[in-house]
Amino acid sequence: MSETRTLPRASGLARFKGANNEGVLALVLVVLIIGMTIISPSFFSVGTFFAILRSSIVPLVFALAVLIVIISGGIDVSFAAIAIFAAYTAVKLTGSGNFDPGLIAIVLFACLIGALLGLVNGAVIARFRLSTLIVTLGTQGIFRGLLVAYIGSRYIADLPGSMSAVSTSNLISLEGGGANAYLHVLVVPVVLLCVLIALMLRRTMFGRGIYALGGDMEAARRAGFSVVRIQIALYVLAGVLAALAGVFHVILGRNANPQDLVGTELDIIAAVVLGGASIFGGRGSVLGTVLGVLLVQLINNSLILVGVPTAWQRTAVGVLLVIGVGIQAISAKRESKRVLVNDEVKE
Amino acid sequence: MTSSNPPTGQPGVPVLEVRNISKSYGGAKALEGVSLALQAGHVHCLAGENGCGKSTLIKIISGAERPDGGEIFIDGKPHPFMTPSQAIKEGIQVIYQDFSLFPNLTVAENIVLTSVVAKRSKVFSAGKNRPAAERIVKELGLTLDLDKDVERLSVADKQLTAICRALVSEARVIIMDEPTTALTHSEVARLFGIVRKLQDRGVALVFVSHKLEEALQVSQDLTILRNGIHVVSGPTTGFDRRSLIKHMTGRAVNETRLITSPQLEERPVLSVRSLSVSGAFHDVSFDLHRGEILGITGLLGSGRSEIAESLFGVLPADSGTVEVEGKTVRVRSIDDAIRAGIGYVPEDRLTQGLFLEKSIADNIIAGSVDKHRRGPVLLDSKKVSSSIRRLFDQLRIKAPNVLAPVRSLSGGNAQRVVLAKWLANQPKVLMLNGPTVGVDVGSKEEILAVLREQAGNGMGVLVISDDVPELVTVCNRVLIVRQGSVIDILEGDGVNGTAIEELMAA
Repeated sequence: MSETRTLPRASGLARFKGANNEGVLALVLVVLIIGMTIISPSFFSVGTFFAILRSSIVPLVFALAVLIVIISGGIDVSFAAIAIFAAYTAVKLTGSGNFDPGLIAIVLFACLIGALLGLVNGAVIARFRLSTLIVTLGTQGIFRGLLVAYIGSRYIADLPGSMSAVSTSNLISLEGGGANAYLHVLVVPVVLLCVLIALMLRRTMFGRGIYALGGDMEAARRAGFSVVRIQIALYVLAGVLAALAGVFHVILGRNANPQDLVGTELDIIAAVVLGGASIFGGRGSVLGTVLGVLLVQLINNSLILVGVPTAWQRTAVGVLLVIGVGIQAISAKRESKRVLVNDEVKE
Repeated sequence: MTSSNPPTGQPGVPVLEVRNISKSYGGAKALEGVSLALQAGHVHCLAGENGCGKSTLIKIISGAERPDGGEIFIDGKPHPFMTPSQAIKEGIQVIYQDFSLFPNLTVAENIVLTSVVAKRSKVFSAGKNRPAAERIVKELGLTLDLDKDVERLSVADKQLTAICRALVSEARVIIMDEPTTALTHSEVARLFGIVRKLQDRGVALVFVSHKLEEALQVSQDLTILRNGIHVVSGPTTGFDRRSLIKHMTGRAVNETRLITSPQLEERPVLSVRSLSVSGAFHDVSFDLHRGEILGITGLLGSGRSEIAESLFGVLPADSGTVEVEGKTVRVRSIDDAIRAGIGYVPEDRLTQGLFLEKSIADNIIAGSVDKHRRGPVLLDSKKVSSSIRRLFDQLRIKAPNVLAPVRSLSGGNAQRVVLAKWLANQPKVLMLNGPTVGVDVGSKEEILAVLREQAGNGMGVLVISDDVPELVTVCNRVLIVRQGSVIDILEGDGVNGTAIEELMAA
């Protein structure tokens, strides 16, 4: 090791694999689609495609929130509680649908609540340097309890007009021939959010600071990053994203139920980790996360189509997660072994 | 970002000077009346034993700690104290022992990120910042792969990355905390080449090292601290190894080769024949006798550590035989090795060898519960406490009592606890990997004395190390490993520094 050599740039294969195995994930998606088409030819249709996209809207926005937290080296299990807290409160404030301040005002108000709840998470975590899992485990209980105790526990069936109008809006509607296909309009803001978060992570010092934090918090501090400020800001952002997901969920479901979204946390975290984000922090990409969420949704959809009981869907996602993480661990190990062998032949 | 500025500051005026610095933590004085003046283009060696106050002084210079008294001058202008961001703005950069790099980011980004943070920039463009990283790497004549993630680099390359990072931020003072601890000889030589280039650029360097030869070789000025007190400062030419050690420890330390050829038994305690592990080493054969200390040395990656790991069952051998006291043993796991009477003190003593939160007593006994049993379930508490007492005293572990947690100990003392743990098992063969890495001169001498004593009591000792003076002082024979093969075995008077270095690197 007496001399460093400039190694050849990543080969074509390595580039396809991507920094976080995005290529592999894309390949698995394609194989799954081909396999499903062979088993059930009706699967391969625009209708199915649009349906999967629709079912991905809420999980994807959640996944973006989880992604930034995971990259920073933390873990958040309170996002679902924040989401339903923000969305339900916003709807409740419209007098359960009697008064309509307009969609933008509702969304902004929900985001404000999400930001405040995220601020609670971030402030506690950054100020007291506590374990993110424990803090968010605690706050999710608090948020949920406050919601039911003080805001309301009743299911609201009538949304304000501006919200229910969006419920039935489609971006693309293909009708006729017995097979109707609708692409919901909410896909637009979700795509925008993905692009914005991707840019934020890659191109802003805030984004690079999140990666730096996940790589080595002490090094980030020594490099001059304001660790406390970054941590608080990223949990506020995660709270806002969660609130948006909550609003989207209410719009798609056409009702606001304070008991909703409970129990979806682990599926989202699974999708993000499957998308190549390292649970130890410092690694992850929006592209990988999108692919991870699509994969999980595709599996859920296709299993229903082949007639597999829903109970098995969770099993399938679980198995996939273990295999996915296992492959990453093994390839990392092999990589380190290769370094050892390289040293032997050098000099 | 013009880092090729001519040396700033007038000649003669120190770039950075501290005068009469004192600092205490609680009641304990860490520093008292310490002064230090750094000249542009000079390497200033800061020497002293563990706990002498070197790290506190570095922290004060870099703004991480505030001094209780004393003055700090930059280019002759007084600063009552420093904050971290002020220090960086004045061009003071510390390269910590752990480098403080981001393992998940590329070399290029690691090099430039700190300077972008310092500019309080809101946006970051990998493409726009890359030329700055490229330029600095080229100026230093390095061949770093800028697109590689730092976690994939060797230790030496990580260090080079940290140096490049310091230079991108226009460092005028670079403090290197033990930069050579994890490097091999050729890497150290390359580092010194870069140090000279930095001097030519007018950078003032502070060099903290336990390796005295290196300190003498690389520095122009020297300051020695002992127990927080400034002992002496002056040009390096006025010192030699002996006077340096005397100033550091306050006593004369014997470092001469104290090896007499012991009367060896006919039968070796450990006999290794044609041992191979694919990808690491092949066809390694040697004998180790009772009472003998055998050194294994080679460059990092030569397979020297893997040989020991294989004998200890961490890396089971693909082929070859191992005999302990004439009996063939199959070492497929660590349990096999311990049962066969082979002990191993790993390289990274703090993470692999100790339970940091547990007491010294618990750590001493942790590896040898089988030897202290009464019946199948219970421990023989009398035997346990007598073993602990005996080893605690025998190894002269400096701690208030055996119940103190290991975390509270200094590096040298922690290493002694690891040794005690293995001695409690009474192994026939004890292997030690880098036994004195990061240990100061005084403790080093004591650890080597313990090894000699153990060998004298009839143990076979294997020392894996690339610290040449250490090998020369303590080893009866030295095995040289290169690219996975034993290329030579030095014996008797053949064990000398030049021979070892030449064979290792050849």
